[in-house]
Amino acid sequence: MTIVFWILAALTVAGGLAAVTLRNTVHCALAVTAAFAGLALLFLQLDAQFAGFAQILVYIGAVAILVVFAILLTRGSETAEHGVFSRTWLAGLCIAAAVFAVLGWAVLRSVNAIPQQAAAPVVSVKDIGNALMSRYVLPLEIVALLLTAALVGAVMVAMHEKGEAK
Amino acid sequence: MINTLDQIFVLLKQWIVGLFPEVLQPIVGIVLCVVAIIVTFPALFAIAVLMERKGLGRMQNRIGPNRVGPYGILQPVADGLKSLTKEDIVPYKADAVVHFMAPVVLVVVVFMGYAVLPMGRNMTLVHMDAALLFYFAIGACTELSVFMAGWASRNKYSLLGAMRAVAQMISYEVPLLMSSVAVVMITGSLSLDKIVEAQNQYTWGLPHWYIFTPWGLAGFLMFAIAATAETNRSPFDLPEGESELVAGYFTEYSGFKFAEFFLGEYVGMLSISGLGTTLFLGGWSAPLEVLGFMPSWFWFFAKIMLSMCVFIWLRGTLPRLRQDQLMNFAWKFVLPMTLLNLLVAALWRFLGDGWLRWVVCSAILLGAYVLVGRTEMRRRHYGPRSYRYAE
Repeated sequence: MTIVFWILAALTVAGGLAAVTLRNTVHCALAVTAAFAGLALLFLQLDAQFAGFAQILVYIGAVAILVVFAILLTRGSETAEHGVFSRTWLAGLCIAAAVFAVLGWAVLRSVNAIPQQAAAPVVSVKDIGNALMSRYVLPLEIVALLLTAALVGAVMVAMHEKGEAK
Repeated sequence: MINTLDQIFVLLKQWIVGLFPEVLQPIVGIVLCVVAIIVTFPALFAIAVLMERKGLGRMQNRIGPNRVGPYGILQPVADGLKSLTKEDIVPYKADAVVHFMAPVVLVVVVFMGYAVLPMGRNMTLVHMDAALLFYFAIGACTELSVFMAGWASRNKYSLLGAMRAVAQMISYEVPLLMSSVAVVMITGSLSLDKIVEAQNQYTWGLPHWYIFTPWGLAGFLMFAIAATAETNRSPFDLPEGESELVAGYFTEYSGFKFAEFFLGEYVGMLSISGLGTTLFLGGWSAPLEVLGFMPSWFWFFAKIMLSMCVFIWLRGTLPRLRQDQLMNFAWKFVLPMTLLNLLVAALWRFLGDGWLRWVVCSAILLGAYVLVGRTEMRRRHYGPRSYRYAE
């Protein structure tokens, strides 16, 4: 583990913790963005350029903005009056810990299951593109269709009926 | 001699790096490149601001700045000193931390884009396989800084300006990406170095720039429109429309923080000009084969300063759009045209060499543009404006 990894890990975890503990909703959204950025940098540190840049492009460029807009357009961004924790925080903590434990267990087991590779495989962006356009073209198209349907649905929900005066 | 002049900055860097012990050399090399970028582009920013103030003045039938230095050429220095010495006012109700972070994030993010731009032969800071993707990923972060500025100011004008800016930047980022994808399809690489190399060839002394192909010309036009909107420049400068919103998202910024926003805007313009140059105008390659004796970096910087002139010219010429026109233009004209351009680029790729692809591609694009123009001219009517709000 290099020092870069520890810095990035600290950034990501601090962002995630801040996102659940801060009182102001917009601050929480910005903290989540910091956590996203930390994750993207972790991907880049693992030489996964495509995943890292896609993470920045999609999560910081679009999802964070969407979250922020949603906060502004709905309940307002005023600070919560009393504590930020809901009454069921203990149950939530237990579920989160359980999920983390299962994931951690699976990851730790996989180290033994798969023989150690001498060198990490080099996967260029071009390889990913070739795979997406040949072997995985059907899943890609299905995802695209799903997203288009979601987009059309969102517009339909937001739109007024024809006769309705406004 | 010619070669030395072409590689002068590379040689200079190697010489300076050679002065340091072996262990420090990689770090010194990187720091040197970063410092060079951080010095060069603000200097160009100063020149661009002077050009804009003088040029715009002439276009508006006035003289422009002429008090500081001969012909007012020291005006940027005076502006810089003024913004450094001015009092920095933070509103009482503002969110101090986010208010402080917003301009810093903007400037950092804008400068990071330069890391992948090839500014001359062997003059790219980071040779990246996915350089174009990196550029757009970094560009997407500027929206967040704009939002942070607008929200943290606790001012309704700031917030409205930020909302407008973010909506506009997201809308125009899609055509910006789509018009660049055509270049990637033809070159077969996301690396900006390879894109420039592919254009650095000559037939009969004329360059193989992508702008000289039908899909390239159409793509470049759409790219230029989207880039103007992406940098919030006139005629797409609604986010800072001074008659409606004081100054948009940076209304509550003063002193050096205001200067940072100003710097961010202009350095962003220079950067997107650099990207447009790299993608469509051949990057650092000379416009004619006989001009190849001039250094490659000269052509890159000449091209981006020329693009800056076009930005200034547009600002002096075109009236500002309305919000609904802006959105309709992005989603109903620019985006469909870039999608059509993708199709044409694919045809260009698979029709093979020869005159056939020139005829087919030009015919499709010309037909589409003429058809759209004709129908829109017929349909135009000047009624009261109508809005349709989403709830």
